[in-house]
Amino acid sequence: MIRLEGVTKIFPRQRVPAVKNLSMEVGEGEICVLVGPSGCGKTTTMKMVNRLIEPTEGKIYVNGRDVADMDPIKLRQDIGYVIQEIGLFPHMTIAENIATVPREKGWPEDRIQQQVDILLELVGLDPEVYRHRKPADLSGGQRQRVGVARALAADPPILLMDEPFGAVDPITRAHLQNEFLSLQKKMRKTVMFVTHDIDEAIKMGDRIAVMRAGELVQYDTPDRLLSAPADDFVAALVGHNRALKRLHLVKAGAVARTDVAVAQATRFVEEAKELLQTNNSPVVVVVDGLNRPKGVVQREELLRRNGRAALQDIVNPLESVADEDATLYDALSTMLNYGERYVVVLNHNREFQGIITFGYLLELMKENGS
Amino acid sequence: MAHRRTRVKSWLPVLLFIGGAVAAAVYFVENPGSAMAARVLTYDHLATLAAQHVGMVVISSLLAAATALPLGILISRPRLRLLGLVLENLVNIGQTIPSIAVIALSFTVLGLGFNTAIFALWLYSLLPILRNTYAGIISVPPGVREAAVGMGMRPWRILLRVELPLAFPIIMAGIRTAVVVNVGTATLATFIGAGGFGHLIVTGIMVRRLQLLLSGCILSALLAMLCDHLLGMVEEKVKTSA
Repeated sequence: MIRLEGVTKIFPRQRVPAVKNLSMEVGEGEICVLVGPSGCGKTTTMKMVNRLIEPTEGKIYVNGRDVADMDPIKLRQDIGYVIQEIGLFPHMTIAENIATVPREKGWPEDRIQQQVDILLELVGLDPEVYRHRKPADLSGGQRQRVGVARALAADPPILLMDEPFGAVDPITRAHLQNEFLSLQKKMRKTVMFVTHDIDEAIKMGDRIAVMRAGELVQYDTPDRLLSAPADDFVAALVGHNRALKRLHLVKAGAVARTDVAVAQATRFVEEAKELLQTNNSPVVVVVDGLNRPKGVVQREELLRRNGRAALQDIVNPLESVADEDATLYDALSTMLNYGERYVVVLNHNREFQGIITFGYLLELMKENGS
Repeated sequence: MAHRRTRVKSWLPVLLFIGGAVAAAVYFVENPGSAMAARVLTYDHLATLAAQHVGMVVISSLLAAATALPLGILISRPRLRLLGLVLENLVNIGQTIPSIAVIALSFTVLGLGFNTAIFALWLYSLLPILRNTYAGIISVPPGVREAAVGMGMRPWRILLRVELPLAFPIIMAGIRTAVVVNVGTATLATFIGAGGFGHLIVTGIMVRRLQLLLSGCILSALLAMLCDHLLGMVEEKVKTSA
């Protein structure tokens, strides 16, 4: 847990404070993203936590202890630190880079080697292949992974990350973000994450601290930030398409409706018609014996059909589908791609989980927005 | 196998330089060209001059490295950056004084002899080593240093494990420059009675004997190339083993 109380930083020979009377708290196991334009004091704030910069005023507590009373070396060894790829030691191998903090802490050599292999596996790099390579032999994305592995080497409870995925292309960045999020699900580290990219902040943050000119403008969950920006500055930062961005925050599996017409493929049209009378589903989802969707039949088409036909003979192939882990943004995108008013949501076993219709999506966003 | 081949490749020039020097010595002793040159160009005398020359270069360079390396590290510390700037400029001005003047000035204070030559050569080779040590450490990317500090490495560990290894090629370049210049400057030490190949050159000029002049020039040139190559091998060795 990290707590800042009335922290101010004025750099020598500067009149304007870089950080002004900042108080905030990062809860245990949370990702807190500091976001704002360059020069807003977000990096300065982060660097005061591991005492790379000393505050002019105020107190900073890490796990309840005032950092000013701690040995900075010990403090830093217990806080993972990731900066852009530039921070890897170019003359050392990947293994030596990762081993840095354990070595400083004086771990025995065999334990260090073990840990290096575990961490390389963790970030998806084959130890046999990468252990003895130099940073220059790796791609940008791989270097960032090594950076994360190095920060995690001594299993610190807290991570500070300064634009950790800044220097890679957008596709690689999305991969790295997803991988980090799934790692974080298991690790539950307390993370302070600095970025200037609001989309990254919305995606990564449990809570987002928007900063401007050294001041905390709003400290809120991504959803609150998008639905209720504190002022024009935050509204402008999150962008005019913030309603669309909120779709990123909800998983399709979490909201998919299950009260829809589902029928076994061996059933007849007649029975399906009855189902449609009890709800207003635009389609009937046709499933096999294992509850795996085989396809759909549109409401209009069903009504036109002879009641004695079997559903499996008239079923249309399933196109508009989404994974339960997909976001509502992905779901909407799929609907638009196929020109449909619904998307069928599948769970990890490819079984039917529910459907999301266009009208339902609108309702959802409306009630969340208020 | 590849490793062995590169080792053979790097030893080849060493043999070439030493072989060339021996061949040149044999040629000049066997063909002195005149009775006057023949009195100077004996195997015994050449061996003595070689020993003096190598001795001056090795001792003065080692002393210079032992002084300039710690000093360079010292002035690269953030707290002493100002001192670093002052010292670097002093050093640059010092470098503009001609080497013969340094030797002559040392002579006026310390008198004739080998030790005076060592002092003058030491003073003159301090500069490239000091400057390159400082420049090498300063050139470590700020992000790399910041990562090291941020991960909780102690200052002396950062120096040993990050700064010096990264600055090593630049420091080595400074040492190589110093040694090669040193081999040349050492030819002037004969003026203060310290011997060396300069003796052949100066005598050759005075008595107008081309053989003497040439032998001195060729031998010191080969020595300079040999030193440079040997230091290059040391650099490679350290780099691959680290």
